[in-house]
Amino acid sequence: MGQQAYSWLPPQASAESILIDKLFSFMTAVGTFIFNGVVGTLLYSVLFQRAAKYDPSDGPPIEGNVKLEIIWTGIPILLILWIGTVSYQTYDQMGILGSMTQKTMETVETVPAEPTQKVATSVEESATSAPIEVHSRQWAWEFRYPKEGVSSTELHLPVNQRAKFKLTSEDVIHGFFVPAFRVKQDIIPGKEIDFSFTPIREGRYRLRDSLYSGTYFAANQTDVVVESEAAYQKWLQTAAKTTPTAAANVAQTEFAQAEKTSVSLGWATVKPAPAPIVNYSNQPNTSQPTPQFEEEPHE
Amino acid sequence: MSNASVETRPNSQLAAPDPQQPEPGAPENWRRFFSFSTDHKVIGIQYIVTAFVFFLFGGLLAMVMRGELITPDADLVDRTVYNGLFTMHGTIMLFMWTFPMLNGLANYLVPLMIGARDMAFPRLNAIAFWLVPIFGVILTASFFVPGGPSQSGWWAYPPVSLQNPTGNLINGQSLWLVAVALSGVSSIMGAVNIVTTIFRMRAPGMGWFKMPAFVWTVFSAQIIQLIGLPALTAGAVMLLLDLTTGTSFFDPVKGGDPVLYQHFFWFYSHPAVYVIVLPIFGVFSEIFPVYARKPLFGYKVVVVSSLLITVLSLVVWVHHMFASGTPGWMRMLFMFSTMAISIPTGIKVFAWVATVWGGKLRLTSAMLFGLGGLSTFLFAGITGIMLSSAPFDIHVNNTYFVVGHFHYVINGAVVMGFYAAIYHWFPKMTGRMYYEGLGKLHFALTFIGINLIFLPMHPLGLMGMPRRVASYDPEFAFWNVIASLGGFLLGVSTLPFILNMLSSWTRGEQAGDNPWRAIGLEWLVSSPPPHENFEEIPIIVSPPYGYGSDEPLVSNNPKGTFEESAASTQIANLAGEAN
Repeated sequence: MGQQAYSWLPPQASAESILIDKLFSFMTAVGTFIFNGVVGTLLYSVLFQRAAKYDPSDGPPIEGNVKLEIIWTGIPILLILWIGTVSYQTYDQMGILGSMTQKTMETVETVPAEPTQKVATSVEESATSAPIEVHSRQWAWEFRYPKEGVSSTELHLPVNQRAKFKLTSEDVIHGFFVPAFRVKQDIIPGKEIDFSFTPIREGRYRLRDSLYSGTYFAANQTDVVVESEAAYQKWLQTAAKTTPTAAANVAQTEFAQAEKTSVSLGWATVKPAPAPIVNYSNQPNTSQPTPQFEEEPHE
Repeated sequence: MSNASVETRPNSQLAAPDPQQPEPGAPENWRRFFSFSTDHKVIGIQYIVTAFVFFLFGGLLAMVMRGELITPDADLVDRTVYNGLFTMHGTIMLFMWTFPMLNGLANYLVPLMIGARDMAFPRLNAIAFWLVPIFGVILTASFFVPGGPSQSGWWAYPPVSLQNPTGNLINGQSLWLVAVALSGVSSIMGAVNIVTTIFRMRAPGMGWFKMPAFVWTVFSAQIIQLIGLPALTAGAVMLLLDLTTGTSFFDPVKGGDPVLYQHFFWFYSHPAVYVIVLPIFGVFSEIFPVYARKPLFGYKVVVVSSLLITVLSLVVWVHHMFASGTPGWMRMLFMFSTMAISIPTGIKVFAWVATVWGGKLRLTSAMLFGLGGLSTFLFAGITGIMLSSAPFDIHVNNTYFVVGHFHYVINGAVVMGFYAAIYHWFPKMTGRMYYEGLGKLHFALTFIGINLIFLPMHPLGLMGMPRRVASYDPEFAFWNVIASLGGFLLGVSTLPFILNMLSSWTRGEQAGDNPWRAIGLEWLVSSPPPHENFEEIPIIVSPPYGYGSDEPLVSNNPKGTFEESAASTQIANLAGEAN
């Protein structure tokens, strides 16, 4: 069962996913053993220890057994310490979460979605690997590569390199979640959160908003593309030359449609923020999410 | 011990048209269930029936949700409607079904089990109950205000819960918060009453270690209510102030801290799971000995582990926030505290298995629901330990894995435990037997339905499907279709139950005092028990689960005289009027 557990999970596309899958497989093995033991015992009783129809007698008056009770307290304690230690080491090795710093919120006057100026000002930062800025809002993802002056609604990452992020939200709490990477972090408005992980497998994966963020929460998804260093650089260069345009946005499209119809079938909603204006956008005006990562046989 | 008439009977003064206290359970007196009765048995049944009506309502909302999720697109209802539905489903199921239902069981059983004539504060008890329909109406009314009900999930995390797109002062969210705050007040009243009753009103001879396990678990659970509920109620009031008067406790734009709300919320709402599940542990501990004809294995350890759970449950709340704005050290600390809670829980599970083992089993509906609830709880416990491991939780946090785990606890263990309790004590409450065949059909449908709907949620979560989504990627469709079918089956499963209860209550066979040959004070009195329960306060001389031995539980006859029970009731009534 522990081995089978691997097949229930998405492809392992990050260094972290290997650690987490190992942990899950271990816990599944232990859990299966306990579950089968207890349910098997119960089933045996149910099948073979039933009272005969007119048998009014009682079972043996056993009130306890100190030795047995010590065993079934002791073994779980050891198991828990074991699982706890393995989990602690796993978390330590992942090291995904950096510092969290306070950040003053933008007020309604400084409306979001004016990325062009901002990207320009942050070009001066010339750190070798400046973290990618993740801007989340109701309901769009926007990724800014400050050094290269690129903004995109699709996240591109070079394979086998530590990817670093600065997570910010412009309105409510969102969740940065890529199932194939097994990483997740809530993005708290008013905070700037350092986050990092290492993608190790090229491909296209799904990035989802994981913390409920209002009406179009379910549509607040995009793609992550992990590619070779060369392809990544090429993408950055092409994108930098493209003039920023408004990206397609499911929330915007659906909201506009709903406004047009005369009879409202829904309840009140927050108006979606304007579609982000970016150099590169995926999702060519479709309200349907594109298919997931390409499936590969999993060993 | 014949102080049969020292207590006042406020009800005979309040119920104006009928000065004589009606006999609980007598069908001609059904009107008392709609009155301000102070009899703990009437209030218990009032709680149970009210809660069950809301259970059906919440279940209906869930079935609409499953209808939406049977296809990947958001096509059955508007996204805003879906969001309102899951918010109200969660809220109704917890605050209108689970908690009132638990209070109903505790109300009915605790005084009977400890040999008391009523709760410590009968009027407070009635007020606590009557708040339930009041906030139930407020909550339901929020469907009809402009803009619809709250759409922020039952956690009501700010800033989403503060956004108020309608701009009105009276909106779904503010009504929701008023209802939750009132529910908190009602539950605190209930908790004060139950804890006091258990402390002060036990019959002579009933030391702590002669108390039935159910009473122990209710006690442990209500202590959590007393410690935790003020935090939630305060959080709800602060959020209401943020929403209506423009304070900024939690609004980040004005410098508030939205994560602080999460601490307030989970400081209560995690222990709340133990408030819910502990009395169900108690139900298991009561039911397995009766139908296995064996004493509860390791009684003292089992009841003390309830208190251990109480203590530990107060220091685990951050495990709901492993992916939130929490630093690494906090995640690790709460990972270990959360794992520790599985030890007292494990002790209980093993003790139940040992109780059943080697017994003489009778698979009545109550026993089937008990065993079914135990096995689903075990499954939920194992996924619970997985979730407590912070690095793994980071992957499945806020996915359907959590939804599956939670519903295995709540719908698997708790609702099946409720059904077990209802079947077990139905003859006591109504004086009539239910139909065993319908009960077994009900069990089969429920058990299959629960596994069919909630098991597929685990692979969905592992694959990365977030919870609370109205639409999803097509790769998730397969498991969602199965879950939806299971959901509809679960809806259908309530029909034989309702049919069984209604027809048995009116036309079932007479039950007698103790149809299960169970040991316990409640089984020593008539079914349904007379007003004030005990003609003579029982004197307890034995521990509670004496199956297989011949020791008597009490040294006197709590029913008064056997021969002239009718006459003695009359005397009691006369004595009551004399007071």
